[in-house]
Amino acid sequence: MKRRDFVRNSTFATVGTMLIPHFLKAYETNSLTGGPSAGKTLVVVQLSGGNDGLNTVVPFRNDIYYRERPTIGIAPDKVLKLNDEIGFNPALEALKGLYDDGLVTVVNNVGYPNPDRSHFRSMDIWQTASDSDKYLTTGWLGRYLDANCHGSDCVAHRAIEVDDTLSLALKGQELNGLALLDPKKLYNQTRSGLVKELADLKPDAGLASTHPNVSYLYKTLAETASSAEFIYDKSKAVRSKTVYPASELGNRLKTVSELIASGVNTNVYYISISGFDTHINQPGQQERLLRQYAEAVAAFTKDLKLNGKLNDVLLMTFSEFGRRVKQNASNGTDHGTANNLFLIGGGLTPGRVFNEAPNLTNLAEGDLQFSVDFRSIYATLLRDWLKVDDGAVLGRKFETLSFV
Amino acid sequence: MKEQGNKQHLFWRAGFGASPHQLREAEHQSTRKVVRALFNDSRDFAPLTVADDDQPAKKELRGLFKEGKLDRATLKDRIRENRESIRDLNVRWMQQMASGRGALREKMALFWHSHFACRNQNNVRMVQQYLNVIREHALGHFGDLLMAISKSPAMLQFLNNQQNRKNAPNENFAREVMELFTLGRANYTEHDIKEAARAFTGWGFNPQGEFVFRRNLHDEGEKTVFGKTGAFQGEDIIRLLLERKETATFVTSKLYRFLVTDEIAENSPDHQRIAHLADQFYRSNYDMAGLLETIFTSDWFYDPKYAGARIKSPVELLAGMQHSLGIQFEQKQPVLYVQRTLGQVLLYPPNVAGWPGGRNWIDSSSLLFRMKLPELILKAGEVTVRPKDDGDVNTELLARKVNRLFASQVDWTAFEKPFQNGTDDHLVDELARYFLPYPLTDPQRNLVVSKVKKDTARSEQIRNLTTAILSLPEYQLC
Repeated sequence: MKRRDFVRNSTFATVGTMLIPHFLKAYETNSLTGGPSAGKTLVVVQLSGGNDGLNTVVPFRNDIYYRERPTIGIAPDKVLKLNDEIGFNPALEALKGLYDDGLVTVVNNVGYPNPDRSHFRSMDIWQTASDSDKYLTTGWLGRYLDANCHGSDCVAHRAIEVDDTLSLALKGQELNGLALLDPKKLYNQTRSGLVKELADLKPDAGLASTHPNVSYLYKTLAETASSAEFIYDKSKAVRSKTVYPASELGNRLKTVSELIASGVNTNVYYISISGFDTHINQPGQQERLLRQYAEAVAAFTKDLKLNGKLNDVLLMTFSEFGRRVKQNASNGTDHGTANNLFLIGGGLTPGRVFNEAPNLTNLAEGDLQFSVDFRSIYATLLRDWLKVDDGAVLGRKFETLSFV
Repeated sequence: MKEQGNKQHLFWRAGFGASPHQLREAEHQSTRKVVRALFNDSRDFAPLTVADDDQPAKKELRGLFKEGKLDRATLKDRIRENRESIRDLNVRWMQQMASGRGALREKMALFWHSHFACRNQNNVRMVQQYLNVIREHALGHFGDLLMAISKSPAMLQFLNNQQNRKNAPNENFAREVMELFTLGRANYTEHDIKEAARAFTGWGFNPQGEFVFRRNLHDEGEKTVFGKTGAFQGEDIIRLLLERKETATFVTSKLYRFLVTDEIAENSPDHQRIAHLADQFYRSNYDMAGLLETIFTSDWFYDPKYAGARIKSPVELLAGMQHSLGIQFEQKQPVLYVQRTLGQVLLYPPNVAGWPGGRNWIDSSSLLFRMKLPELILKAGEVTVRPKDDGDVNTELLARKVNRLFASQVDWTAFEKPFQNGTDDHLVDELARYFLPYPLTDPQRNLVVSKVKKDTARSEQIRNLTTAILSLPEYQLC
């Protein structure tokens, strides 16, 4: 009899892992270590604040662009050209190298109907994959965990956010992702105070059956401690040989690379960096951030290649909205709508500019109109990359795109 | 002992817990008497204020800037002052909750804050007015509260009704009023929303942050809402919403989850109870006080299955801990830091649907932080967790340097007094009974006791046991 069947058939089954006797628990930890390989991995990099897409991928042949952005527009001869129409901000030099190697796909005009220009709300919409007039309390990656929660796969660390706190994107109904800034830090947290001992304790069985929240808390605690220990054990000996830039994103991507190399069964990593809300004196600020981004991603890609993982990892970068076409009076830009999005990795049908450049003549109240619903991108990532049922995660079917 | 548990349950649901002293006093009184005292204590309403009437809002400041009456540096400073004041208001409200005075009023205001969720970062006067509306009407008639909130500039601004005008209606306000404030999904049609939006045209506010009805922007034509036709104005729609029984059911069931239990199973008696309560609520013309009194004095409210059936929200957790132990922070940062790290920043709900609550509060990192919090506060532990930037350039990052962040005063002398007598052996159980909804299991008890040195002074034992007990997962429940 397999452990899972034993547990299912036993009277312990209903209350979850905390009532599993210790000898079985030890067995479970072992089976985790030898658990299924991660297969394909998705890394999401969120640019918080609303990155200005038009100065990231510049429509350098477009007169309207230069007319609306007299002081912050990027001159054609500075642009790193991708085709006859658009090119990267010069700060994305490192990304241009990856593009030339066929590793980058640029999707233009990504958004959703009835866009919301509030940071918080729009980020909610992206993280929950909801319609803009609906409010969901679970994130799309949390629901990915829920939908693929079977036996020993049913662990928080299938989706890891490299941070101290967990984003809504990774919160599911049944299962949440795991937030950790680095494996050692989380491990230490689960070893300090009473945490370790409490994680090994079980609540009173009678109480747990009449008070589901009690079981839930102990279950979360036990899972956190066991995931933290597992990840720390697996990854502590793995050190990347690649030099990463000393930026926040650089550090976090390095952590992701080491976790991937360690063979933990994690399919999704999530990172957010902020500072893109450039209302004032945009150019210097945005260039600094884009350069950091490109250099960190280039180091990450190089590292993956070195480890032979380049074809198994796909990195997606998005921001909650783009910015207005017309610059404001402070050499900055205000909140807008549709934006571009990057997909980076060796498993893409050769990297390219995926679709048409933004149309600056057909604006809605001064903002770009979307042509690709971001949930089509999610659907493609779920179905074609992670090989799961996208409809179960997104609540309905969205058209998938041919970038994988 | 059962009485202590019942009273503790009541104090947690109707407020933010009780001090040991309050609890001892209430133990020997009838439930009715304690409930009456709770209402008496919340009878008076005093507004919370941080802003003077002449503190200009961001929009006015921008106007002055454009006219050349302000330079850029001053403009930035003044906008920052506005946000600073909104944070001060948040902290003032937390202090009020933690003080235990008017606990029922503040607890219900917290409920209404998540029900009528509203956010505005630029105009402290509007935010202050909004907060005081929910506090003032927290225990009154729901209809008055609904009307006052619907006319509050903060809400009108948040839901874009300032842009709702004749021939160019904006349906945002009309939709949320029905979906989230009164009827709930599936109890109205898209047509009702369209027509109601027309009735709300012209509802707006002036630069001073006062409600105005801009008659010239109002659509005077006939509207048909819920099958009734007339040249309706906003007030008529509010009246029609209150006439619908679904409103009473929707609000009552939300309140039941807030006051009784997070977890409502199918086929449980909770459903029937909600229907009864909704009936009473509707017949009483939406009298909140009456509804609350019925709940708090019902036998079923004290069913042991409801003890500890709710996960404390971050604000309840912190305010409750402060109230129990008389904790005063030296600065406002710790309050804001805890709110941000655990995901409940007052006056800054995630969206108009409010905080989802329940298990949504708990994930691996939030649980670890919650369990670490007592040590941070009571033992001045080292802060190692950093909340996320939310991307908004205007939200200053708090607490990058967090040395001595939790510097605070704890009123141990008052707290310890009721625990002076009795044997050392019983001390741990007495403290657990006071702080937790359930008695300690033997392994828990051994664990907690093992963390405390034997033969130390009583006072030191109390402090160390308290820190350990507050770190138990059960303390997250009320």
